[in-house]
Amino acid sequence: MAQQVSAKEPTAQQIAEQKIYQQFGVSDSEYELICSFMGRQPNYTEIGVFSVMWSEHCAYKNSKPLLHRFPTSGPRVLMGPGEGAGIVDIGDNQAVVFKIESHNHPSAVEPYQGAATGVGGIIRDIFSMGARPVALLNSLRFGKLESDRVKYLFEHVVSGIAGYGNCIGIPTVAGEVMFDNSYDGNPLVNAMCVGLIDHDKIQRGVAKGVGNPVFYVGPPTGRDGIHGATFASVELSEESEAKKTAVQVGDPFMEKLVMESCLELIDSGIVLGIQDMGAAGLTCSSAEMASKAGNGLELYLDQVPQREEGMTPYEMMLSESQERMLFVVEPKDEAQAMEIFERWGVICAKVGKVTDDGRLKLLHHGELVGDMPVQALVDECPVYEKPSSVPAYYVENENVDTQRYEEVTDLGGALKKVLASPTVASKAWVYNQYDHMVRTSTAVRPGSDAAVITIHGTRKGLAMTTDCNGRYVYLDPEVGGKIAVSEAARNIVCTGAEPLAITDNLNFGSPEKPDIFWQMEQAVDGMAEACRVLDTPVIGGNVSLYNENASGAIYPTPVVGMVGLLHDTDHITTQGFKQEGDVIFLLGTTRAELGGSEFQYAVHGVTEGRPPQLDLDTEKKLLAGVLGAIQGGLVNSAHDLSEGGLAVALAESCISGLIGAHVTLSSELRNDLALFSESQSRILLSTSKKQADKLQAYLSEQGVPVTLIGSVGGESLVVEINDAPALNETVEGLRQVWEDAIPCLMK
Amino acid sequence: MKFAVLVFPGSNCDIDCYKAVEEAVGEPVDYVWHTATDLSAYDCILVPGGFSYGDYLRCGAISRFAPVMNEVAKAAEEGKYILGICNGFQILTEAGLLPGALLRNTSMKFRCHDTVLKVVNNQTPFTNDFDLNEEIVIPIAHGEGNYYCDQETLKQLQENNQIVFMYKDNPNGSLADIAGISNEQGNVIGMMPHPERAVSDLLGSADGKRMFTSILKAWRDTHGTASVR
Repeated sequence: MAQQVSAKEPTAQQIAEQKIYQQFGVSDSEYELICSFMGRQPNYTEIGVFSVMWSEHCAYKNSKPLLHRFPTSGPRVLMGPGEGAGIVDIGDNQAVVFKIESHNHPSAVEPYQGAATGVGGIIRDIFSMGARPVALLNSLRFGKLESDRVKYLFEHVVSGIAGYGNCIGIPTVAGEVMFDNSYDGNPLVNAMCVGLIDHDKIQRGVAKGVGNPVFYVGPPTGRDGIHGATFASVELSEESEAKKTAVQVGDPFMEKLVMESCLELIDSGIVLGIQDMGAAGLTCSSAEMASKAGNGLELYLDQVPQREEGMTPYEMMLSESQERMLFVVEPKDEAQAMEIFERWGVICAKVGKVTDDGRLKLLHHGELVGDMPVQALVDECPVYEKPSSVPAYYVENENVDTQRYEEVTDLGGALKKVLASPTVASKAWVYNQYDHMVRTSTAVRPGSDAAVITIHGTRKGLAMTTDCNGRYVYLDPEVGGKIAVSEAARNIVCTGAEPLAITDNLNFGSPEKPDIFWQMEQAVDGMAEACRVLDTPVIGGNVSLYNENASGAIYPTPVVGMVGLLHDTDHITTQGFKQEGDVIFLLGTTRAELGGSEFQYAVHGVTEGRPPQLDLDTEKKLLAGVLGAIQGGLVNSAHDLSEGGLAVALAESCISGLIGAHVTLSSELRNDLALFSESQSRILLSTSKKQADKLQAYLSEQGVPVTLIGSVGGESLVVEINDAPALNETVEGLRQVWEDAIPCLMK
Repeated sequence: MKFAVLVFPGSNCDIDCYKAVEEAVGEPVDYVWHTATDLSAYDCILVPGGFSYGDYLRCGAISRFAPVMNEVAKAAEEGKYILGICNGFQILTEAGLLPGALLRNTSMKFRCHDTVLKVVNNQTPFTNDFDLNEEIVIPIAHGEGNYYCDQETLKQLQENNQIVFMYKDNPNGSLADIAGISNEQGNVIGMMPHPERAVSDLLGSADGKRMFTSILKAWRDTHGTASVR
């Protein structure tokens, strides 16, 4: 065993004596454990490999106990968490594959490449399952859109996503962007990819068949992204800027070629196992593939294509160079595989062999430079049950009266203020930079409640959305967690689709802090309960911790990515009012709930109190009622009430439909509460006069509270409350405020 | 009538063009690899959008050297119908089959949205199914769609009636609001907007369908309707 490969590298003894492992985020007790698994002190390469495999990013060592609380199975789930992405049956031998993943830390340091490679990574997760990627989504959080730094991050994250997705030719169809001080310095960049697959094409990342060759596909390995997974598992600091080399550089053109050639390879039926090289590159993919098959793996590092001269085993194993894959075929199929990659002009090299000894062995220049037990790498990382405690802010907020501010009487002014708030304002500035139409299947484009893509050759479609309101989760993580899942389901149902399952991206601060760990526990409990009641299991996801810096942690932001099945394209429903004379119904109950609302933030400048409450049985009835009504052809438009409450929902339905509305409310609440409360489980529907009675009767029968509140028509949004005028604004005026807000701030 | 859809490394609207031909006119269509050296079997060649060769160096600058481009030039000379869309338009200008060049959008950003086009020449094989000056909705999706040529070329384009489509609301800074042009003979056309993305109401517009029906009509006019399908 070579103890030292390069003169610059410390020896195993130096690593132990000088505790060099600590620099890699390995604790003293973990180091002891590694030594006992190894039966000796690990050398520099080996400790590097262990440190990434045992990082939070790869091992979920702080979040595993929580993840077990999620429901992960269901009659339609073909593959739950554990592989590259989860898979759900959609009938006719087809299935939908999807997953969300974060690239928060890299994006904070190098926003363009950080975001771009986040997109690249999630696409590989999807096609490595054998699926054809058909849509991209993203969920973004930034600080207040005022400082130059935040504008810089926003601008470059968006262009990074655009640069990658547009080039590879997968439409970016939906997402969300929110702005709040709590994300200052810690932007969140979560990317989701959705793919389609036939049941018999589903792949697994397994290194099957002792003696079979292991192939490397993709561009040569360079020194970029070394220790990216470790970097993602610590808090950001001033030193992070200096760690720019831990951020990878993306090449979407190369990924397009790798994707097409790998899909062709999979289609040929000769692949035994395939996995992408994501976080921790060659290390993670090889160890996981060996572990899943219960085998070992030998890697011949001299055969690894290299971009730079003199790369050490340590560097090759830890590089996160992009667009790389690992696969296993039988020796007899080698030539066929090589031919496919040659045709696409993609590098493919035999770099290893499946063995039966359960060890990951690294050979370099004829020497054994690393020899580690696979199981210890993949499965034996200690799992920590962190202490949790109720934060002081949560206790204090219980006594905050969210109605303590004087009633706002200029409701038109308040509406414009909320519409101009970047979180609510039109995101056309963002999604017009994304090619959201390539592949010609986008039936509902970005900007409505959820996007819809059609499935070629069928009448079916897929609806998709991402949702999470971090303010609610901060104020009450359990309720906020429930709301995130419920709102996603509401968005899916409003387009006419049936919610299938979710993928989640748990973005939190440092789990070492009991306050933060409490947020994690509570949020996961809330989400898990909602998933159980709404029958939307969690089929995969990602955890991003340590999202904090000197000024504190982000709001807890467990983003939900949900996909729904549209049974017939005739059911497609959008949020815009459709025609003069249509009748408007408000479903659900409005209460005095301003805690965490956009109105509270934009008008009063605070986020306090308790968030809106949510009853899951009520939500379930609402979803079933609205989906039934849409499928029964009773609905012309549907829009979920979220940030900004009824006032914003009405304004958006008017703006999208380019038509006004006349609404009369009777309410016991203060006017500003009636219009801006963010009570949950509410949806705005419109339908023709002819169908109105039928719709109302149907919903009442389903146990959904339904109130006729007005009609569509004219050029203004006019609202009267208790027979007194409350709001009268032209749709054109509202549209301008809503559409101009972000472009003006970004000029 | 037989269509070819060229595929370069990095093409990503090839599938969309293929589907559009199938759905709009139902004529036979093949994908043809960038290394192909014979296009004699085809009556219409579609050069699709995407990021051929990653758009590295300059959009279309590398693709023009692909072996298939010699055949495209031959086909153009023979009077076959050639339609370059988006990156395909960029490739045709780089190959010298169409005049001018496509610069970065004046906004310096990629833009993807519907645009309203005016059909200013309905005498081409690609536009005979439109009315003159008809307004149609076709989406764009590009970062480098800002058409530019020198004044003399512009004059020629205007005098020869080579400007085919103009933007109603110029999205990218194109000279004279140009969205699509033809060669002098009228059998080669390049346009930044994507007609293949506008072939059904479900996608937002079906106006692009008529480009494909126009091509079929033009072909039938010269080859007779009894030809094999």
